[in-house]
Amino acid sequence: MSGPSDFQPTNPALKWIERRLPIMGLVHSSFVAYPTPRNLNYWWTFGAILSMMLALQIVTGVILAMHYTPHADLAFKSVELIVRDVNYGWLLRNMHACGASMFFFAVYIHMFRGLYYGSYKEPREILWILGVIIYLLMMATGFMGYVLPWGQMSFWGATVITNLFSAVPYFGESIVTLLWGGYSVGNPTLNRFFSLHYLLPFVIAGVVVLHIWALHVAGQNNPAGVEAKTEKDTVPFTPYATIKDAFGVSCFLLFFAWFIFYMPNYLGEADNYIPANPGVTPPHIVPEWYYLPFYAILRSIPNKLAGVVAMFGAILILAFLPWLDNAKTRSSKYRPLAKQFFWVFVVVCLLLGWLGSKPAEGIYVVAGRILTFMYFAYFLILLPLLSRIETPRPVPNSIADDVLAKTGSKSTPMVSTVLALLVAGGLLAGGMQHARAAEGQEKPPGNKWSFAGPVGKFDRGALQRGLKVYKEVCASCHGLSYIAFRNLAEAGGPGYSVAQAAAFASDYKVKDGPDDKGEMFERPGRPADYFPSPFPNENAARAANGGAFPPDLSLINKARSYPRGFPQFLVDFFTQYQEQGPDYVSAVLQGYEDKPPAGFSLPEGSYYNKYFPGHAIKMPKPLSDGQVTYDDGAPATVAQYSKDVTTFLMWTAEPHMEARKRLGLQVFVFLILLTGLLYFTKKKVWANAH
Amino acid sequence: MHACEPIAGLRSYGKGANRTILDCLFRPDWPGKVVFLPPRGPRAPAATFGRDSSVSGAVPLAADEKGLGIVTTASSADHPTRRDFLFVATGAVAAVGAAATVWPLVAQMNPDASTIAAGAPIEVDLTPIAEGQDIKVFWRGKPIYISHRTKKQIEEAQKVSLSSLPDPQPDSARVKAGHDQWLVVIGICTHLGCIPIAHEGSYDGFFCPCHGSVYDTSGRIRSGPAPTNLPVPPYTFVSDTKIQIG
Repeated sequence: MSGPSDFQPTNPALKWIERRLPIMGLVHSSFVAYPTPRNLNYWWTFGAILSMMLALQIVTGVILAMHYTPHADLAFKSVELIVRDVNYGWLLRNMHACGASMFFFAVYIHMFRGLYYGSYKEPREILWILGVIIYLLMMATGFMGYVLPWGQMSFWGATVITNLFSAVPYFGESIVTLLWGGYSVGNPTLNRFFSLHYLLPFVIAGVVVLHIWALHVAGQNNPAGVEAKTEKDTVPFTPYATIKDAFGVSCFLLFFAWFIFYMPNYLGEADNYIPANPGVTPPHIVPEWYYLPFYAILRSIPNKLAGVVAMFGAILILAFLPWLDNAKTRSSKYRPLAKQFFWVFVVVCLLLGWLGSKPAEGIYVVAGRILTFMYFAYFLILLPLLSRIETPRPVPNSIADDVLAKTGSKSTPMVSTVLALLVAGGLLAGGMQHARAAEGQEKPPGNKWSFAGPVGKFDRGALQRGLKVYKEVCASCHGLSYIAFRNLAEAGGPGYSVAQAAAFASDYKVKDGPDDKGEMFERPGRPADYFPSPFPNENAARAANGGAFPPDLSLINKARSYPRGFPQFLVDFFTQYQEQGPDYVSAVLQGYEDKPPAGFSLPEGSYYNKYFPGHAIKMPKPLSDGQVTYDDGAPATVAQYSKDVTTFLMWTAEPHMEARKRLGLQVFVFLILLTGLLYFTKKKVWANAH
Repeated sequence: MHACEPIAGLRSYGKGANRTILDCLFRPDWPGKVVFLPPRGPRAPAATFGRDSSVSGAVPLAADEKGLGIVTTASSADHPTRRDFLFVATGAVAAVGAAATVWPLVAQMNPDASTIAAGAPIEVDLTPIAEGQDIKVFWRGKPIYISHRTKKQIEEAQKVSLSSLPDPQPDSARVKAGHDQWLVVIGICTHLGCIPIAHEGSYDGFFCPCHGSVYDTSGRIRSGPAPTNLPVPPYTFVSDTKIQIG
């Protein structure tokens, strides 16, 4: 690009720069004077929201990379240490993990908006194709990012997705080996995924620049779908679009913050809090919610290669959309048939997503095939056909006419559409939780937890009693390896003093060394030491426990869950219910029955538990009344023990929960204030432009 | 009723032909500035306003009230302070939010809780260190020299005239009273952070191989570029043969 800029700064220093590098002119023409159609609705603010999300993901991602260790033996632990020890590490991790979901949520709205208003049509084909490329890059980035915590879902997600390439004829196996850097998913895979996960967002940012460039060449589409002809059709980007985007971003941040501070694991998988185990596949493998529709398409085709082709085809077909839909009218507002089929298509996509979360069996397979057909039929049959047979309604002469026609009638339908989409999105997300359905498992009874809800706090007494139960009962078989003695004195924990924590630590013998002679030795524990594990390694633990491995309890409350079912999970989103883990753990502790029900054959060395999946648990009934002596007068019953130790284990799973909820409240007060101010500012700025 | 003067805060778009390179390249037909319609008179014919204008009267009236053609806010002349207050308040709240968001992004770089915990005091047993020997231990990632000084070294350290020192400090201020034979210093050259070598240099103290700083038997700088003495870490004698550093 060359040539003089017409933007004239008055300051001599700026003038000097501008003559040599017309960067202020570029910014001015692109983001200040740039004419934007005056009839854009709020669906158009998702471009700004996506830009913000990309920036946020890059910033939080670069920061997380400062603390993360990309090694198969250390990755899981390093993520836990980020959450537990790094200053605001829990916040940054939640922002990044929920941010990925929000990014996809926003991009889907952005894509459906383009679909509805015909934003892919001439002269915006390249703009649209660049968008499809960004979406593909996002999917690759999101997938590789999900692998990095190296939990069970990370590992098996990586295995399943990389195995897609084994469907390639002749070269499949070689490609997969190349991707893995080994004979299976392992440390080399993790290392390269980390490298690429760091790289791709910057590639995305580069393509976004092209996307915006193409946008500024063609000009923005608009709800009327007619090009801006005269100056009265447009308003300058600043302040009009800027303030409207700011308001949209602020509303989106409210939605985002709900997840960050109150539902950080709502969209995640409990299984990913179990460290990767190459020997055991979780019973239900599901991808993140944003891949579910394509996963459903993959599974609905009985042939391996054809399934993979269909899955990638479902994405790539979007790139051909400008030529599949030949209708001259852009906006579906003026296309009575296309409009209805658009909504059918949205529902098809959501249903495919829901199916993707279901086990691939029975009626789900049939439904999957029908919906897959409908998905492709929309692009390959319906859109080409509609452009021939449909009679569109007349479009307005100009954008200005469209604006004037609308004044008076408020855009109430949009609110209901937003609500409908929110509900449908929740259905999709909740459907994924549903995927964990373990057949034949009884639902644990709900409990009243002191730490539940937006302002829930841990009951200090319960934490201290729970620690006692852990120490005297659980610790003989279960480790607590992510908890250091110093944590006992930290804010939001059991409330011990530093001296008490040190005294507690000194009761333990900790292995240290080597000393000057090169030998290991034992010394009393210090606050910085972690709870010692009862067994030196997994094999020793299995040998001592009849072949079963007593899991480390640090994360047990996050690593266990149970399906909530429809529509309960939708209610959960609003009530902030996320105590599936504690409910399950406490139910298992109390779910022992001396006699299995008639007809149930209990394997040798197992015990019957009502709530354990499959009912045959290797752990003998751990708690009995009076087993642990409480000093504070709390009843020495199994029910009380279970409640206390589960509360304690919730704290070990998330030591900063109280800080999270406290900061969440502050952020919400702030965001509501900011959103309100932006709303009125936007109204003021736009008062005369509508 | 419509004051057409530009609003200060919204001035940028309407001033002159601010066409830039992008405009020239990509939008030759669009002017860089945006012109607005003149205000319409009241009761403009409904038919001009598109297909839904059958809501007779309402539309043009609304259009007029909303002043389609005018970008300046009607209220600007009447209530400039209220509008300005809103803009300033919104900007201020947004700025506070941005600043508050930056805080965790920066604070995360400080040592994390496990690093701080690992920096807790350590105890060192002095019994294995013979006279004339020294050991190096690590505390908070820093090498700490613990020297068991000989009589000669102690005397040398004590009899130096303070005025000849670049960083005057008596030896008594660098050791614990009654434990003259133990010198405990952080073994990091105060010049640029290299590790000096013990028992080297012309003062039988420490010699930094990087840039030639020479320290004496009390760890004080005697010659070379280093500006100050080797720092003494916080430590106490738990017993005659054991110290706690930190």
